[in-house]
Amino acid sequence: MTRANLILLVLITCIAALPLFGGAYTLRLGTIACMYAIMALSWNVVGGFAGYPSFATAAFFGLGAYIGGVLLARGLPLTAAIPIAGIGSFLVAALLGAALLRLRGHYFAIASLSLIEVFRELVNNATDLTGGGMGLNIPLTASAGVMADATFFFYLMWGVLLVTAVMVIAVSMSKLGFGLSCIMQNETAANMVGLNTTLYKSIAFGLSACFVGAAGGVYAAWVHYIDPSDVFDILYSVKPIVMALIGGLGSPLGVTIGAFVYLGLEEVVWRNYIQIHSGVLGVLIVLLLLFLPHGLTSLRGWRLWGRAKNV
Amino acid sequence: MLAAQILINALVLGCLYACIAIGFSLVWGVLNVINLIHGSFIVLGAYLAWSLYQGLHISPWYSLAVAAPLFFAFGYVIQRLILNRVITAPVLVTLTLTFGLDLILNNAMIYYFKADYRKLTLTPPMGSVSIFDVVVPVDRLIATVAALALTFVLYLILRRLRVGRAIVAVRLDRDAAVLMGVNVNSIYAIAFGLGAALAGCAGVLMALIFPISPLTSTAYLGKAFVVCVLGGLGSVSGALAGGILLALIEGVGSAMIGPAHATTLSFVLLIVFLILRPQGLLGRKGFE
Amino acid sequence: MSEILHLQSVSRRFGGLQALRDVSLTVNKGEVIGLIGPNGAGKTTLVNVVTGVTPATAGTVKFDGQDITRVKTYRSARLGLSRTFQIVQPFAQFSALDNVAAAALFSQPGEGLKAAREEARRHLAFVGLEAQSGQQAATLTLAMRKRLELAKALAMRPKLLFLDEVNAGLNSAEVERATALIHQLAADGITIVMIEHLMKVVLNVCSRIVVLHNGQLIADGQPRDVMTNPAVIEAYLGQQYAQRIGAHG
Repeated sequence: MTRANLILLVLITCIAALPLFGGAYTLRLGTIACMYAIMALSWNVVGGFAGYPSFATAAFFGLGAYIGGVLLARGLPLTAAIPIAGIGSFLVAALLGAALLRLRGHYFAIASLSLIEVFRELVNNATDLTGGGMGLNIPLTASAGVMADATFFFYLMWGVLLVTAVMVIAVSMSKLGFGLSCIMQNETAANMVGLNTTLYKSIAFGLSACFVGAAGGVYAAWVHYIDPSDVFDILYSVKPIVMALIGGLGSPLGVTIGAFVYLGLEEVVWRNYIQIHSGVLGVLIVLLLLFLPHGLTSLRGWRLWGRAKNV
Repeated sequence: MLAAQILINALVLGCLYACIAIGFSLVWGVLNVINLIHGSFIVLGAYLAWSLYQGLHISPWYSLAVAAPLFFAFGYVIQRLILNRVITAPVLVTLTLTFGLDLILNNAMIYYFKADYRKLTLTPPMGSVSIFDVVVPVDRLIATVAALALTFVLYLILRRLRVGRAIVAVRLDRDAAVLMGVNVNSIYAIAFGLGAALAGCAGVLMALIFPISPLTSTAYLGKAFVVCVLGGLGSVSGALAGGILLALIEGVGSAMIGPAHATTLSFVLLIVFLILRPQGLLGRKGFE
Repeated sequence: MSEILHLQSVSRRFGGLQALRDVSLTVNKGEVIGLIGPNGAGKTTLVNVVTGVTPATAGTVKFDGQDITRVKTYRSARLGLSRTFQIVQPFAQFSALDNVAAAALFSQPGEGLKAAREEARRHLAFVGLEAQSGQQAATLTLAMRKRLELAKALAMRPKLLFLDEVNAGLNSAEVERATALIHQLAADGITIVMIEHLMKVVLNVCSRIVVLHNGQLIADGQPRDVMTNPAVIEAYLGQQYAQRIGAHG
């Protein structure tokens, strides 16, 4: 295991101590931080490892939120609903991936972007199942007060984060990770040496959707009410990319730190500039891309941990 | 007759769609940049028309003349100062960058104009005409003609003007164009400026037909996308073909499975085309 | 001699261009065949069709008894077909070792990364690149990258190896070295088809020569016969060259 990956696990373990340091609001922030980290780490599998710029994160976040939400509304316990949301997202992504990942560059980006629209409209129209545009109410899991609720969901999201991180690290050390790296560097050569690129890409796409879907399920249970435009929001696709760009593509530790840095920035901006917060996000993105395209890890001092892979 | 209604509506709407998409298609085809600000440019153009009409009672038809140079300059500057720095970067970077720029513009519009929907209603209203028993509002009809005129102007520019030929050259083969002495950076900025001007003018026309709000920018962008993928990139004929095809499918689809599904249908179509025929109906393969 | 590759009436069209026209060819085990012809004759297209990079528009390809006409590239790689690219295609960020290890890893199902790296070392040694095994592929010289390409092809334990202009861009010392490697491979029993423009290499190494011109096979046989074939001289070799080798016998 590389040093960076080890540090990542340590970092995540430390976060588990958060409830000792703050009240309900801090825990709420912590839960979102974990959610962002899950999205960034997951995106990194297909965007950083394999080099395919996916904009589909929001599609699977929403899908997972609705799978989880609908199941919970039907009475299934959390312990079943969340894993099913994750597995369901994995399967849908792997299947779609086989078709979509044949596209390169711009075309793949747009196709993945369109998934958000298609999923959103499908959910919107399946009113009987999902409540359509009127939204879906999710029953409260038996709670013992605000603090207990906040702590419970924090640990639930944290748990998904831990599993995600373990998955990502396992992939980076495995034949799958090696293969994805080959695909990113030279897909023609990868095919030529006997790598089944379609299979590998589909699995990567599935993995990138799986935990995002599970996180969606947790999100649905946490906020008790979701509607299509809320969860199928393109920002959920763009933010993980920005986080990955902040922290340095390809590096799991980098993207996780990017997620936390991003959340910090978002909080500061939201608190102080609420009316123009999306504009400020825009400025952040522009500055980042113009001046720090390789993320924070390209700054001096971070070189110790190895160069970030190229964009 | 239902069929005639659908057909006429599709032709009218198709030309409008083509007008919306043509600037987007040009930028994508020439600079290989997917310009996510496009939708916001259109909305900004609509606001311009609305403000000029409300404040100075300038008819939208004249606003076109104001919009074109203003937006051209705006686009030129954005490309030269910002986009050009990342012009050779991969998809991820350019797409996210234009997304960031769009956030800024969109947020600025929401801040200044607020998100509520406005409508530009001409006084006195222009009424409607009947074509083959189909009722078409006159302003929509004139807007369609204007849209066609705009696309024709672009066609002339690309065909007749020297700078237009240079743009086409860059689109066909950037490296060869450089070898021919074309100043590619300058062409990129001009093409982007043109794209912005077309978007702004399209916005002026849209102000007459659709409600104006920053919230509609993604809808316009979505339409532009689909038209480009359906019709093919970088060409006027492609935009027209794609626009009319999209409008036709939406019209027929609406009639058969209800209007709520029309948008979904267009995106499903997008994905299908991307997988089966990414170059669109009239495009050339290899423009990735 | 047993047949290892058989092309039957293979054609390939790219829009208006007929790249391959009704090509029939049999390759036997252990042969070293030179595939020559002018630029644009369809030599690389032939290799692409056999390895599944572009599908044939007509005709069949049989490898080791199996019909591989519609088989995907990665599968043909696993069946024992290997090739080098005219414009080398390394994994640029990987080290030379990992480049070759990748080839060993994915062409042999069931192999682990560690074992693949071990095997990679041996192949690198064979082509003379052990000293560069830790170096990033993008930083190697062209000659080294060509040898790396060869090492990768060998790591796939091919039954049939296509060499696409391995000598392009190399100086004469490097060419001699490459030729020695090819002799060694032939001695080890690998069937080789080499696309080559350097006639001295072809005449040195090949037991048989096949000539393509405008997508068609115009000659196939012993070097002596092919070199004096008037159609071949007309299409490719040129009178001066033919006279020169005629003088030396």
